[in-house]
Amino acid sequence: MTDGATPGTSLRAHARAGALDILPMLVGVVPFGLVAGAAPAAAGFGLAGALGFSTIVFAGASQLAATGVLADGGTAVVAVLAACTINLRMVLYSASLAPYLAATSRRSRFAVAYLLTDQAYAVSIRRWAGERPGHDPPGRARERLAFYLGAGLTLWVAWQLSTVAGALVGRAVPDDVPLTFAVPLVFLVLLVPTLTSRPARVSAGVGGGAAVAAAGLGAGPLSVMVGAVLGIVAGALVDGDDPEPGPAGGPPDGGGPS
Amino acid sequence: MNARLWTTIVLAGAGTFAMRASFLAAAHRLADVPAPVRRVLRQIPPAALAALVLPAILVRDGRVELLAARPVAGLLAFVVAWRTRNVALTLAVGMVALVVLEHL
Repeated sequence: MTDGATPGTSLRAHARAGALDILPMLVGVVPFGLVAGAAPAAAGFGLAGALGFSTIVFAGASQLAATGVLADGGTAVVAVLAACTINLRMVLYSASLAPYLAATSRRSRFAVAYLLTDQAYAVSIRRWAGERPGHDPPGRARERLAFYLGAGLTLWVAWQLSTVAGALVGRAVPDDVPLTFAVPLVFLVLLVPTLTSRPARVSAGVGGGAAVAAAGLGAGPLSVMVGAVLGIVAGALVDGDDPEPGPAGGPPDGGGPS
Repeated sequence: MNARLWTTIVLAGAGTFAMRASFLAAAHRLADVPAPVRRVLRQIPPAALAALVLPAILVRDGRVELLAARPVAGLLAFVVAWRTRNVALTLAVGMVALVVLEHL
């Protein structure tokens, strides 16, 4: 894929590919970032508070939840618990990505961890699906790292800029333009190609159904984690042994065409 | 300086980073993953993405709604995503459908 290029240029090309892959997602991220900037500012925490959330926590839904708790007069402990519960799904993403980046330095993997978001996870796992990290050609892990950092940093910059804009001018997007609907739509496009096998469809069906049920029963943002875990368990139960060694973590596992 | 605010930001940031780093920090031990673990790991993308997408489309203010603008627009977007796998086209169809349906 990168034959003939010098290592430097090739890594840059991988970073650019990551940035391009995540670009369409900014349609949903920027309006969300505006809200994440406007909410702390409206609660009296100023631009500094808004940027503190966006740079140190860097996870939209949890920033809004923590801001909401504090604005309602809740304690820091409750706000921290609310934020961390929402971000539990990051443990799953971390586990899913780890094999693909195992050969990179630990410091690089800490950078990966800081930049880990739904979006960076989704574009990367789509790109790497079908690869077998245990049998990498030399240098493949570094190319993956470059791709991931290209995607993750692009999102990070967009998130900080929209946070600042939101904190300074408020939510510039009127409420009746439902731009936040772009968020699930983008993940929908990434979900579809993972449904290539029966276990994957069971995972998605149980995961999505359980998340909807949990949300309907009032689990709020925690419903994502509840659904994901139940979906993973259900999918793993119906997933047989590999007919031949399949890709680790990647969705296509040699199942028939859908 | 708002102590409650900054305590929240720093602790929520530390907790979130710890969860993000959990498996990545130990990844050098995961290079060649045994088959049973692989079987669990490969369920994560479909399960997590579906758990992220479906409530955002079907649940509003804690109530499941199936015959509303968002679910219908989401279904149309799903058909487009299924047929084309094209992000821009799916976004366009889903957003236009939502705006049209909400203003009917």
